[in-house]
Amino acid sequence: MAETEKIQERGTKQKTVLKITDMDPKFKYEISKIPGAEKVMLCFQCGTCTADCPIARFDDFYRPRKLIRMTQLGLKDRLLSNDVIWLCSTCFTCIDHCPQDVGIASIVRALRNLTVEGGRMPVGYKEQASNILKTGYAYVISDLRLKKRQQKGLPALPKANLESVAKLFDITGFSKTLEKVRT
Amino acid sequence: MTELKYLLFLGCAIPYRLPSYEISTRKVLSKLGVELVEMPEFNCCGFPLDPVNHDMMLTLAARNLCLAEQQNLNIMALCNGCFGILNHVNKELKEDKEIKETVNGYLKEIGMEFKGTIKVKHLIHVLAEDVGFEKIKETVQNPLSQLRVVQHSGCHVVRPAKYIGFEDPENPTTLKKLIQVTGAKCLDYMDEPECCGAPIVGVNDKIPLQLAREKLDHIRAVGAQAMITCCPYCHIMYDLNQPRIERIFNEKFGIPVLHYPQLLGLSMGISPEELALKDLRVNAAEIVNICS
Repeated sequence: MAETEKIQERGTKQKTVLKITDMDPKFKYEISKIPGAEKVMLCFQCGTCTADCPIARFDDFYRPRKLIRMTQLGLKDRLLSNDVIWLCSTCFTCIDHCPQDVGIASIVRALRNLTVEGGRMPVGYKEQASNILKTGYAYVISDLRLKKRQQKGLPALPKANLESVAKLFDITGFSKTLEKVRT
Repeated sequence: MTELKYLLFLGCAIPYRLPSYEISTRKVLSKLGVELVEMPEFNCCGFPLDPVNHDMMLTLAARNLCLAEQQNLNIMALCNGCFGILNHVNKELKEDKEIKETVNGYLKEIGMEFKGTIKVKHLIHVLAEDVGFEKIKETVQNPLSQLRVVQHSGCHVVRPAKYIGFEDPENPTTLKKLIQVTGAKCLDYMDEPECCGAPIVGVNDKIPLQLAREKLDHIRAVGAQAMITCCPYCHIMYDLNQPRIERIFNEKFGIPVLHYPQLLGLSMGISPEELALKDLRVNAAEIVNICS
């Protein structure tokens, strides 16, 4: 890292001093109840996840180790308002490499889920969710494409059971979430 | 002997963007005597919903698994994302009673119940494990010995090892061995198991394109003539996006990216037209020349 960048980083750090009132000590328990995120407290901050993360190599802010520490500290508001959590590409390298079996990618998923419950969701995900509800597929597959399938000798694409899909969206409570979320 | 009959889980990306993968898969599997049963009423595997609602993902995936259970057939997925999710949910529901109860609670409303009677496999697992290298070798009529390629298995067919456990994610060899059966040489290159970045396209395009560019750079460095994939999303990153990557970074790669069954098909002597090689964005004419 260039010296100037180091100085800049120190500068930002000074501006973002942590206050005890920013922390929610119960947040880690809330997270540890979510399937896949149970072991959040086992992280001892070795940094293997960040070192091996392909996204962290290309982004200045995405640091899985830091996200886990912030979760342990209970910096809930900062985590759930931070777009950086949407950068995990779910390659699961961190899950495989973690010496404590923390399930980092699953914890990031839990943070994303909570953000959505709180009413915010990236537009791309909202689009795909709406497509699934409307067509059963994550994309709207046009009639032209369906026709081309036939021309290429492929069997017709099975029609999804939209009634069942809609019912599942309702029972899980996800259709309500989808109605109220902002992008 | 295992009966070679599977329920084909097509997923969304293949019918939407990459019929070439489906066409070539059907061609080679019929030559290998693998029977594919169309999966009626299937829906999205659930992968795009995991980041927004974990329960919704579990339920959608479980519904697909129940459809397969009703037919008493194992699922074969062509997409790493679909395989990863369906396999993960299948194993998790088999092992974790609590999660199974929750999911079955949802499924009850649509008259379904997860029982845990089937398996989920990826195309490369079916080929390597069920069909077997010997049988594939017998169908190779036109060994591609002049061809030097590289593999890109992608992430969700190998990771997390806890749920897949088919091979070492740091050194995946299944696709490599499947390539070698065709007679082509499969070269090693730097950062082979690295992610393509596709899942975050839409949230951030810059990072995935940088990742893809880096991979193409490593592939060019070893002098590979083509790249072989087994996932539609990885394929889109390297094939469909290659001209965009060349434009943005002002570089020239021109590396054709073939779906594995296209390569296998060429070695079986199936014509490039039948394998939909023309559908590829990066022109693969040179590969066809080398192979014929």
